[in-house]
Amino acid sequence: MQLILEKRSDRSAFFAVASPFLALLLTLLAGAIIFASRGINPLEGLYVYFVEPLTQLWSVEQLIVKATPLVLIGVGLAVCYMANVWNIGAEGQLTVGAIAGSIAPVLFPAWQDPSILVVMLVMGTLGGALYGLIPGLLKTRFNANEILTSLMLVYVAQLFLDWLVRGPWRDPQGFNFPVTKSFEGWQLLPTFGGTIHLGALFALLACVALAFIMAKTLKGFEIKVMGNAPRAGRFAGFSRDRMVIFCFLLSGGLAGLAGICEVASVVGKLQPQISPGYGFAAIIVAFLGRLNPVGVLVAGLLLALSYIGGEAAQVTLGISDKIAKVFQGILLFFILSCDTLILYRIRFEFGRARSLMAAE
Amino acid sequence: MEQSLAVILTIVTAATPLLIAAIGELVVERSGVLNLGVEGMMVMGAVVGFAAALVTGSTVLGILAAVLAGVGMSLLFGFLTLTLVANQVASGLALTLLGLGLSGLIGESFVGQPGLKLPTLFGIDGLVPFSLFLTAMVSYVLFKTKLGLVIRAVGNNHHSAHALGYRVIALRYLAVMFGGACAGLAGAYLSLAYTTQWIENMTAGRGWIALALVVFASWRPLRTFVGAYLFGAVSILGFVVQAMGLGIPSQFLSALPYLVTIIALVIISGNKRLTRANTPACLAQSFVPDR
Repeated sequence: MQLILEKRSDRSAFFAVASPFLALLLTLLAGAIIFASRGINPLEGLYVYFVEPLTQLWSVEQLIVKATPLVLIGVGLAVCYMANVWNIGAEGQLTVGAIAGSIAPVLFPAWQDPSILVVMLVMGTLGGALYGLIPGLLKTRFNANEILTSLMLVYVAQLFLDWLVRGPWRDPQGFNFPVTKSFEGWQLLPTFGGTIHLGALFALLACVALAFIMAKTLKGFEIKVMGNAPRAGRFAGFSRDRMVIFCFLLSGGLAGLAGICEVASVVGKLQPQISPGYGFAAIIVAFLGRLNPVGVLVAGLLLALSYIGGEAAQVTLGISDKIAKVFQGILLFFILSCDTLILYRIRFEFGRARSLMAAE
Repeated sequence: MEQSLAVILTIVTAATPLLIAAIGELVVERSGVLNLGVEGMMVMGAVVGFAAALVTGSTVLGILAAVLAGVGMSLLFGFLTLTLVANQVASGLALTLLGLGLSGLIGESFVGQPGLKLPTLFGIDGLVPFSLFLTAMVSYVLFKTKLGLVIRAVGNNHHSAHALGYRVIALRYLAVMFGGACAGLAGAYLSLAYTTQWIENMTAGRGWIALALVVFASWRPLRTFVGAYLFGAVSILGFVVQAMGLGIPSQFLSALPYLVTIIALVIISGNKRLTRANTPACLAQSFVPDR
């Protein structure tokens, strides 16, 4: 038996919408198999993982809190990937954003008025953008592969953070723990009552703004052309180099903002680990959201569910929360395979047909 | 004297996994496929190799299991990119994310357990000469045999190769599987020779450094050898400097290999003559036979 791809004459409108759902369905199926292989009733497992977190108010709040950085980063990456610019170092840009944004509260712990929050957010965004600029410039100036350089910079950023919180920025009253002094008052983002903080609003605004830019402005058109038909883009006078720089500044800035928002809310201080891999999970968010800002919003919530479900599964089912990363990886696999159906029809050819071909 | 010998031995153990993984990826890329999942295949090799060796009590079986794990992961990637013509960059990332997640789950019960160590002779284990042999073999096959010519033809112009009757997809599958086997082996080297324990994410970006090495070596096996040993030396330099007690924070020394990778990429990629002449022309391009 052989699997044959046949090019469709047009993009399939049906599968363009259905493919993420199909991918989700297949992921759930794979999840059921994984649960069964660990001796857990698959239906119960899936319920605890994917449904139960949605039935309680506090866990829905958690969902939005976790979705905030995922959406902020994912929407920037979606634009990058749309333009065929491969920034996969968002985790590093998040880290540097968190560091840059924390300069003010760490150096001036007594600074207590709304202006410090503004300074923190601006510095965080700038830090992420500038750190993103490095692979962008190395790409445009020296043609160095941005995938590899942006990824290498993740390790560098994390090691730098590790040094900061163990060395110069360590809280002298912190019982030797590798943490900075806890942020307080205006050094923390205001919340909407519960745990949902201002960052959620930023994420929403970023999605709306980028949806508008992509659909209604010349810049959005430029991004799509440079991604789909770079040659045509060159003839139209668009610059590839400027596009690379734009994408890295944008996605780096959003990742930096996500970083400082995490530190100024959920984490509340700097410590060696400030993110459970949001920068990498956001890659999946971008693809699951079909590289579309509105899609990213939904996808971000879904990926957040995979984190929360993982925690729930650990508590209720006694299964490691590492399963979250497995689900995320499997999901990306299925998304990418289902997307094939948009451009191709799949046909199975059985042994006989193939031997006839060979006889020709 | 004895001390410098010890340093050289550590450089060799640091370089060997990089060399093995990079040589595998080099063949994959020469056939026109970019598999960014080296890190994921490598970390799977590390955990499976460690676990299999511990359970069976045999390092040989551990290595075999690791190679199989690498091949299995690479087949996932092959199915996605070669059969379903999915985007190779995205699929490679997916493979890495999946490998890191899956290895964490598999390895959870093995964290902290003492593992087995590959037997050594004068401090050198069997995989070190094997990696040198592998490099020489790949160099010979790629540039001196018909098979190598076909692999390079498929990587440089898949349409022409297809028109000449070569089975582009089948050949690329084989190349991808070879890359997976090498990455799995490199991973097992980390958990059975470099250290003898399983630590989550223990590859620590070595798969990505191997990818960079291929570019650094401008797709030449013998230059990959030089590159791998240079990088091995750089990553050991950290420990040596620390032992000298110069007071440089350990984090900066740990960051050195990553920074050197970036610098190396910049130097090589800026050289148009080197890269243009050697980059496989069809790298990362999907191929659908028009029959």
